[in-house]
Amino acid sequence: MERYRGNPQAIADLVKGYAVHRDTYVDPEIFDLEMEHMFPNCWVYIGHDSQIKNPGDFITSKIGNQPILAVRHRDGLVYVMHNRCPHKGVKIASEPCGNTGKFFRCPYHAWSFKTDGSLLAIPLNKGYEGTGFDADKAAEGLPRIENVRIYRGLIFVRLAEEAMSFEDYFCDSLSTVDNMADRSPEGELEVLAAPIRYMHQCNWKMLVDNQTDTCHPMVAHESSAGTAVNVWERAKKANPDMETPMAVQLYAPFMAPYEFYEGAGIRVWPNGHGHSGVSGSIHQDYDDIDGYLGKMEAAYGTERAHRILGDVRHNTNYFPNIMVKGPVGILRHFIPLAVDKTLVESWVFKLKGAPDKLYERALMYNRFINAPTSIVGHDDLEMYERAQEGLLSNGNEWINLRRLWEEDEAEDTTEVVNGTSERQMRNQMYAWRKFMVQNMESSLEAAE
Amino acid sequence: MTRDDLIDFVYDEAGLLDDMLWEDWKALFAEDGRYWIPLEWQQEDPILQPSLMYEDLLLLTVRIERLAGERTFSQRPKSRCHHLLQRPRILSMGEEDGVYKLRTAFIYTETRGDLLERYSGWVGHHLVDEDGALKIKQKRIDLINFDAPFSNIQLFI
Repeated sequence: MERYRGNPQAIADLVKGYAVHRDTYVDPEIFDLEMEHMFPNCWVYIGHDSQIKNPGDFITSKIGNQPILAVRHRDGLVYVMHNRCPHKGVKIASEPCGNTGKFFRCPYHAWSFKTDGSLLAIPLNKGYEGTGFDADKAAEGLPRIENVRIYRGLIFVRLAEEAMSFEDYFCDSLSTVDNMADRSPEGELEVLAAPIRYMHQCNWKMLVDNQTDTCHPMVAHESSAGTAVNVWERAKKANPDMETPMAVQLYAPFMAPYEFYEGAGIRVWPNGHGHSGVSGSIHQDYDDIDGYLGKMEAAYGTERAHRILGDVRHNTNYFPNIMVKGPVGILRHFIPLAVDKTLVESWVFKLKGAPDKLYERALMYNRFINAPTSIVGHDDLEMYERAQEGLLSNGNEWINLRRLWEEDEAEDTTEVVNGTSERQMRNQMYAWRKFMVQNMESSLEAAE
Repeated sequence: MTRDDLIDFVYDEAGLLDDMLWEDWKALFAEDGRYWIPLEWQQEDPILQPSLMYEDLLLLTVRIERLAGERTFSQRPKSRCHHLLQRPRILSMGEEDGVYKLRTAFIYTETRGDLLERYSGWVGHHLVDEDGALKIKQKRIDLINFDAPFSNIQLFI
C-alpha cells in the first residue's frame, strides 16, 4: 500500500524537528519519492570542471536515480544532458570519465551526437523520411538539461525546470567552496585522480547526518584515534626527539573533548546547508607546509592570506548529498543507490600552485578516514549499518534530534549555535521536507 | 638466501595472517617497511597518487592494537581471513640492489558475522636480508578491481 505518494501532508508529518520518523531512512517508497521529487528540485553536485578540460572530455554521474552526462564542447562550454540515447535509451557513455572525440556514437545502432548533445546523424536516414521524425523529441538528440551552474569549478545541476534559483538555493553558503578554492594561490582547484569509493549498506542521509555529528568522534573513533594517540605517546617516550608525524596530526584531533566541539560552533544556512567548526576545528593545528604561506601572501596580500588560512571550517554539508572539507580540500559525494545502500565517493582536490605536501596530506587524510580500509570509516559504517537494522524496530518509530532544540526553532535561517547541537541535522530535514513536497503538491493539483 | 627460502617466506607470512598472529606478522617488516594497496593500475607513486593504504610500522601498530581494543565496535563480532596463494614467482634475486622481489597471485577472503567477501589480485614482496633473516621492505597488494567500491576491509590482505 502506498502511504506517501500524492500525500505531501503525510511526508511533512515525518519531520518534527526535534524528531524524525524512521520511514525517512528505511521506507522504500520514501526513497523512490526522494529520487522522483526531492533530488530534481535541488541543485545537485555532479563533478568538477577540471575533470573535463578539453573538448570531448566527459564525465558521467547521477541525480537521484537518473544517469547524467556532462561534456566539454568545442565552444569551450560544459553541456549537461541525460545519458540516454533518444532511440532505445542506451546509455551513451558508460565509463566514469573519458574523451569521446568530436562526437558520441551510440554503440547499439550508431546514432551519433555532437558534444553539445544535438543529433549528428542516423544510419540509413531515409527510413525516417515522412515518418514525422523531425517533430519527435528524439530529433533533438540527447535531452539537454538547462539548469547548470559552475561555481569555482564545481558543477551543480537542477533537473526540475521550475524550482528555486541557484542564488536562492545556496545563499551565503558557498563561502566554504570559496575558502577551499582560495587556498590555492591561483584560486583554482584541480581533480587529478579517481576518488576513493566505499560502499555502505545504509541510507544516504545517515552519512549526511554524521558530517556535523560532533558527539560521536570521541566515542565511535576512540578505537582508532585513541589508539593512534597511545601508540604515538609510547613511541615518543622511547624517542623524545621525534616530531609528531603527519599521520598522528590527522588522527589525534578526533579525540578532542566535547568542550572543544561545543566552543567550535555550528552554522546553519537556509535550505539545509550548514557546517561544523565555525571558530575552530580538528583541522586547525596541522603543521605549516614549507613555502605555502609565502605563496599565499604573494597571491592575496598578508591580511587576506591569513584570513583565508584562518578559516578552518570542519565539515560543510551542501544539501542534499555532498560534504566539503575546505581546509583539507576534500569533497565527499553520498550517492544513493537504494533505501539501504549508498555509494560514497571521496575526492581530493589539488590546490593549483600550492606545494605538493598539501596534496600529500589531503590524500593521506582521505585514505585514513574515507576508505574501505580506513580504521575510522570502519566504525562509522558499523554504526550506520547497525542503525539501518535497529530502525526496523517498532519499539520506537522516531529518531531523536532534540539536543539543544528550542521551541519555535527557526527554519531557513542563518545562525551560529553551540557546536554540539543537532541543529544542522534538523536543518537538513526541514529542507528535506520542503524539497520533497514542493513539486508533489503541484503535480496533485495538475491531476485534479 | 635460496629460492625456496623466499617462496617459503611468502607462504609463512600469509600463514601468520590466517592464524591472526598480528604481532608475529608485524615483526616480519623491516624498520622502514611499508604495506601498500594502490588505487590505480600499475601505480608508481604511493605519496602523490591516491592509495587505499600506505602504512609504516607506526600505523600498522595502531591497526593491530585497535583490532584487540575494548571499544572496537566494528570488530564485534571479530573478522577472520584466509589467503589462498598461487606459487610465488621470483622476479629478482637482488643481484644488483640486494632486494629480493616476488609476485604472487592470490584470492583473499575476509569474513565477519554472516558476511563473506572475496578479493583477487597479486601481492608483490620486496624482501631484504637482515642478519640472515628476511624482512619486508614493501608488501604491495594490487587488486584486480582496485577501483570498485568495497565495504569494510578490516584485516590484512
